[in-house]
Amino acid sequence: MPVTFKVNGKPATADVPPDMPLLWVLRDVLDLKGTKFGCGVAQCGACTVHLKGAPIRSCVTPVAAVQGAEITTIEGLSADGSHPVQRAWEALDVPQCGYCQAGQLMAAAALLAKTPKPTDADIDAAMNGNICRCATYLRIRQAIHAAAAMPGAAATPAGTSGKSGTSGKSRTSGKSGDSNS
Amino acid sequence: MKGGPVDTTLRLDRRQFLRVTAVAGGGMLLASYLDAFGGVGALAAEPAAEFAPNAFVRIAPDGVVTIIAKNPEIGQGIKTMLPMLIADELDVEWKNVRVEQAPLDTTKFQAQVAGGSTATPTNWLPMRRVGAAARAMLVTAAAQMWNVPESACSTAAGVVHHRASGRSVPYGDLVTKAASVPVPDLDKVPLKDPKAFTIIGTRVPGVDNHAIVTGVPMFGIDMTLPGMLYAVYEKCPVFAGKVASANLAEVKALPGVRHAFVVEGGTALQGLLGGVAIVADSWWYARKARQSLKVTWNEGATAEQSSAGLAAKAAELSKGPPQRSLHRDGDAEAALKGATKVVRAEYFYPFIAHAPMEPQNCTAHFKDGKLEIWAPSQTPAGGRQMVARTLSLQETDITIHLTRIGGGFGRRLNNDYMVEAAWIAKEVGVPVKLLWTREDDIRHDFYRPAGWHYLAGAVDAGGKLVAWQNHFVSFGELPPETAQAAPPAQSAQSAQTPGVRFAPSAGINANEFPAHFIPNFALDTSVMALGVPTGALRAPGSNGIAFATQSFIDELAHAAGKDPLLFRLELLTYHKPHAAPAGPAPAAPTEGARAPLGPQPPGQVFDADRMRGVLQMVAEKSGWGKKLPRGTGMGVAFHYSHRGHFAEVVQATVSRAGVVRVDKVWVAGDIGSQVINPSNAENQVQGSVLDGIAEALAQEITIERGRTVQSNFHDFPLLRMKQAPPVEVHFRKTEFAPTGLGEPALPPAVPALCGAIFAATDKRVRSLPLSKHDLRWG
Repeated sequence: MPVTFKVNGKPATADVPPDMPLLWVLRDVLDLKGTKFGCGVAQCGACTVHLKGAPIRSCVTPVAAVQGAEITTIEGLSADGSHPVQRAWEALDVPQCGYCQAGQLMAAAALLAKTPKPTDADIDAAMNGNICRCATYLRIRQAIHAAAAMPGAAATPAGTSGKSGTSGKSRTSGKSGDSNS
Repeated sequence: MKGGPVDTTLRLDRRQFLRVTAVAGGGMLLASYLDAFGGVGALAAEPAAEFAPNAFVRIAPDGVVTIIAKNPEIGQGIKTMLPMLIADELDVEWKNVRVEQAPLDTTKFQAQVAGGSTATPTNWLPMRRVGAAARAMLVTAAAQMWNVPESACSTAAGVVHHRASGRSVPYGDLVTKAASVPVPDLDKVPLKDPKAFTIIGTRVPGVDNHAIVTGVPMFGIDMTLPGMLYAVYEKCPVFAGKVASANLAEVKALPGVRHAFVVEGGTALQGLLGGVAIVADSWWYARKARQSLKVTWNEGATAEQSSAGLAAKAAELSKGPPQRSLHRDGDAEAALKGATKVVRAEYFYPFIAHAPMEPQNCTAHFKDGKLEIWAPSQTPAGGRQMVARTLSLQETDITIHLTRIGGGFGRRLNNDYMVEAAWIAKEVGVPVKLLWTREDDIRHDFYRPAGWHYLAGAVDAGGKLVAWQNHFVSFGELPPETAQAAPPAQSAQSAQTPGVRFAPSAGINANEFPAHFIPNFALDTSVMALGVPTGALRAPGSNGIAFATQSFIDELAHAAGKDPLLFRLELLTYHKPHAAPAGPAPAAPTEGARAPLGPQPPGQVFDADRMRGVLQMVAEKSGWGKKLPRGTGMGVAFHYSHRGHFAEVVQATVSRAGVVRVDKVWVAGDIGSQVINPSNAENQVQGSVLDGIAEALAQEITIERGRTVQSNFHDFPLLRMKQAPPVEVHFRKTEFAPTGLGEPALPPAVPALCGAIFAATDKRVRSLPLSKHDLRWG
């Protein structure tokens, strides 16, 4: 049975095994390569997309679980790269290698949709599940504050159905990395 | 086996000339040619096939300037930085510049390497000359058109002006005429006074930023070709073990699987290793089928190897006489016997992995005897050599496209994934994308080698450091002709003939600091064999050596009853005259053991004055010496590597429960006269410092039964947002030529953090990672 859902506002169908993770459906079936593979076990956040506006880890989300749902990927965060987080990321020259940034942006956009004026602590809590190996964290923090100051920062991304059905909780899973004791 | 020595120098310095040709569609192509025969032959003649053009600049009639970025982009900012050098001398506006990634073509572009922080020092003048030569030709074209002297013309923002007559002409209108202008000698073309720079020294955002934030496919993993299949590759968990048998028939019958086969592989750890390839219609099918794969391995001789066993062997070696002496000044043994205060300590740092965010991958297509490859590689030329040799192909039959790379850190100096993809592609005959899992990446890395430093040092009654002895225990082998344990050499010339073959990145330079700064000094080494792949990790060698050396200097400062920063400043005032007063030579990117230091250009050696300068600067910026509450402390360290002088102060707080929090880091760096792109420079320094902190906090790879224990980010933790302290970056400008920034800011961060922990808790950290220490206090 094909799985049908919406991606970035458009209907999508995937005739794949139900346990195939959403990440691989997005990348290899729907050819949306912006969402990245980093760990495969919800540890790094590179694969973050929005399910009804909330951030999820697409690498551990079976495609069957999004039947009928609305998914937003980095390609649908805005039509032209004009979402405040995208503009702030460019303005502050956040990326180094850039590989994790789609996941970072999706996590940041979800944070701002829920918490339009986040504190550093809010940012740390919401973003702690997204690893940046280049450690662009300092500019990510700055960029989220900068985006929060722009008009439209709290807007839901294009292609999502607004706030209905969102859990209102950040789903940044992933353990805290504070493993030193 | 690594792809042989890589020449990282763009040799446009002599025997070269420029040529202009019309470009299809209009425009001017500026190419520079290199005489590969070193002066034989007439340069004015039409270049033969091997003198292919070395093209960097195209100017279109509409004024749009296209600049070719030659090196692999791994996040170090090179795709933006090298074109900035060309564009500034060309005197165009950055907004009119388009940057294109070059394919691998070392005939056209010379070295195309990301490694060793070498791109800045080797390209600073050559890239500027390429831009300046193009500008000079446009000026000549305009001057001829107006029949005025060239000296009466000037340029600005892509326009040639003749101020006297008020005439001006945009570059785009000159492209046809400029194509017939004689080409200037690159050595003689005038360069801008740095005061006139309009792009160099300004904050230029990365040229791919918009594509990155909108999810445009550009990384190796994003490659797709029509009819492409997807591959996974299972190797023996014991390095270089071979397949004895595998349930291939069962795997082939699984959904989506097209091919499953054994690859014999070789024995060189850097080359193609044995394993089982599964090729399927999608990567997920291949990955899923791999879960049903059952392989019996011939694990080989290293299956008994373990981290604990290596540590025991290191301890044993430390008790015996060192196998080799690398450097001697004075008589350290005697000085230690007669000293007022003697400190002895053992320092250890573990294997660690690179773990770039983009898992290893490569796309390859073998057709009609030719191979096309799309690879995220830091050394694509080395990869091509290895692929040619392994697959018995000619290098000329292999095309390599450079993709953007999701992190390098030295991991992709090796090309194991490339040769695997090439082999699989040749076997299946259709385009194939090989993609590793994160587990593959963590378990089949070329690890930063572990190292042991058995140190002794002494201070005299005045608190001066008078003796230093380091028995460095590492990995490698003794050359066969001198395999018998020899008594330590007594002569200084041993520095040039260490007589040790260190494992990749497991070496130490005979002149490594504090050599030449202490009257009685001995650096000795002993090595043991290793069956674990090792390689360069960001600031190779230095990332461990700085921890041991600078931490031990801290211990000696404490023994002397002196402030750690003042003690360091005093240490840097003693300097034994020496032909090559040097820190580590910038390691060649694909080279493991460091070569003995050869002659270095001025400004590219350890310079005590420059180091004192950054130390004083970081002391001032950090407010060094201020009173801090118990449990909070500041640590300081400096290190010279990759031609950069860096001093750093870390402030850290350790809770009574022993949890470390880094509060803030201050950095002072000296990379010469010019910070080319301050925005990226700050990024590189902050990233390097946080990288060092991540390594120190909790990173360790352990080996048991010949295999890597860790597998993913749950047991090999990278730094996360909550752990990232502010990092304040300052540059001290000096008169020396600019040098690279990908690496030298990392090494001091580790010992500075450990020094801060000592200041906070009185607990001395002599081994990493910190997560293994009990830091509770009070």
